[in-house]
Amino acid sequence: MTTNGSDTSTPKPLWLLAELTYKCPLQCPYCSNPLDIARYKNELSTEEWIRVIREARALGAVQLGFSGGEALVRKDLEILIAEAHELGYYTNLLTSGVGMDEARIKAFKAAGLDHIQVSFQASSEELNNFIAGNNSFQHKLEMARLVKKYDYPMVLCFVLHRHNEDQVEQILEMAHALEADYVELATTQYYGWALHNRDQLIPSRAQVEAAEAVAHRYQEKLKGKMRIFYVVPDYHEERPKACMSGWGSVFLTIAPDGTALPCHAAGELPGLGFPNVRDHSIDWIWNDSPDFNKFRGYGWMKEPCRSCDEKEKDFGGCRCQAYLLTGDAANADPVCSKSPHHRQIVELVEQTNPLTEPGTASLVFRNMRNSKRLTADKWPKASGQ
Amino acid sequence: MGSHFSAEDIPQMSPTFRLQWEEAQGCHVILYPEGMVKLNPAAGEILKRCDGASSVAHIIDDLKAAFPDVELEADVYQFLDTAYDNQWIRHKHA
Repeated sequence: MTTNGSDTSTPKPLWLLAELTYKCPLQCPYCSNPLDIARYKNELSTEEWIRVIREARALGAVQLGFSGGEALVRKDLEILIAEAHELGYYTNLLTSGVGMDEARIKAFKAAGLDHIQVSFQASSEELNNFIAGNNSFQHKLEMARLVKKYDYPMVLCFVLHRHNEDQVEQILEMAHALEADYVELATTQYYGWALHNRDQLIPSRAQVEAAEAVAHRYQEKLKGKMRIFYVVPDYHEERPKACMSGWGSVFLTIAPDGTALPCHAAGELPGLGFPNVRDHSIDWIWNDSPDFNKFRGYGWMKEPCRSCDEKEKDFGGCRCQAYLLTGDAANADPVCSKSPHHRQIVELVEQTNPLTEPGTASLVFRNMRNSKRLTADKWPKASGQ
Repeated sequence: MGSHFSAEDIPQMSPTFRLQWEEAQGCHVILYPEGMVKLNPAAGEILKRCDGASSVAHIIDDLKAAFPDVELEADVYQFLDTAYDNQWIRHKHA
């Protein structure tokens, strides 16, 4: 076991994220999936997923998230839920609700699903449907009501960005009216499609401060009734998030084609071997693969992280963000004010003017056509794309 | 100092939380949407007895039988209050 940090206990992949497919009926421009989703055609089979779920459970995985893309696209979802439930997982379905109906919600319950998180794009039908790229709002409301009817804990997720950041009050009122148990207000994190669309998505500092104040007011107001998780937007902070609770520490993501990743954005990092569950056991991938050991502990760190007295708190932030914004994944996450690259984030936030209407015309929506266009250089010429 | 519970009250796990023994971690855990709380041994012993049938008095008697040399009554009330404040448990028929 390779851990060179202060934590001497063996890390366990407590959180298994199963990205069952990158197919999705929605086209949210803030999607954290990679830009090259169109290349993932060779999805794991039902039997392969069952093996992954079993092996991870044997290593101590206890939370299992079925995600995507849209996990509902997979017709074998009920089978995978039943298997996971049998193994003792707490099973989470992270979904847009599109592709779900009452019969399926009932079948998931019978299979042992513990929790359904429905994501909304906004509290207004018009904006929701614009961002999602389809007319899904009314259906989502209906699904949220059914989640409640079938006694699942109701968790609603709203990804915040420039276009809906001013609607936090309406969002929380809507969630309260739907009797949500938890609401997650998550400011867009800039990976994948969201990074590509960052200039159109990033909220101004004034917007973030106002949204935060509303969230805190409702946290007090609805205490004991609805839990509100407000995820602080890291670009507007001075210290980085403790990304994934540390690399190879808790999280294990399996992409649709079986690629194992320490986080769902790590596919963008250079120099990784991207072990695949078709070639290796989960045990080897988690404990022995070079990828999962690459940024474990603190030995890989450079300054200013290496000598920082906060390194055990935030692990130097996010490796992907460090790479995407500074060109080196071993650098400090530039969100940190101690990073020599911090200035570019400050400037980006300062340039975002709250007084100008955000333009939506240049948002690039997440779909297979745009994926092929944006990643054309990765495609074989003969494919005719 | 008042507790949320009296001796005859019957605590039970809230439906949105699940208590489970995790072999790999060697402890009881509370599971909820996308989250987990690891419990220390005492907390695990108390919560696993919150079965929706046993009163607090019964839970304390049972714990005293299992751990005869421990003065635990005040700790049980204190932990039940913590668990209640976290919404892990509630009163039966509440």
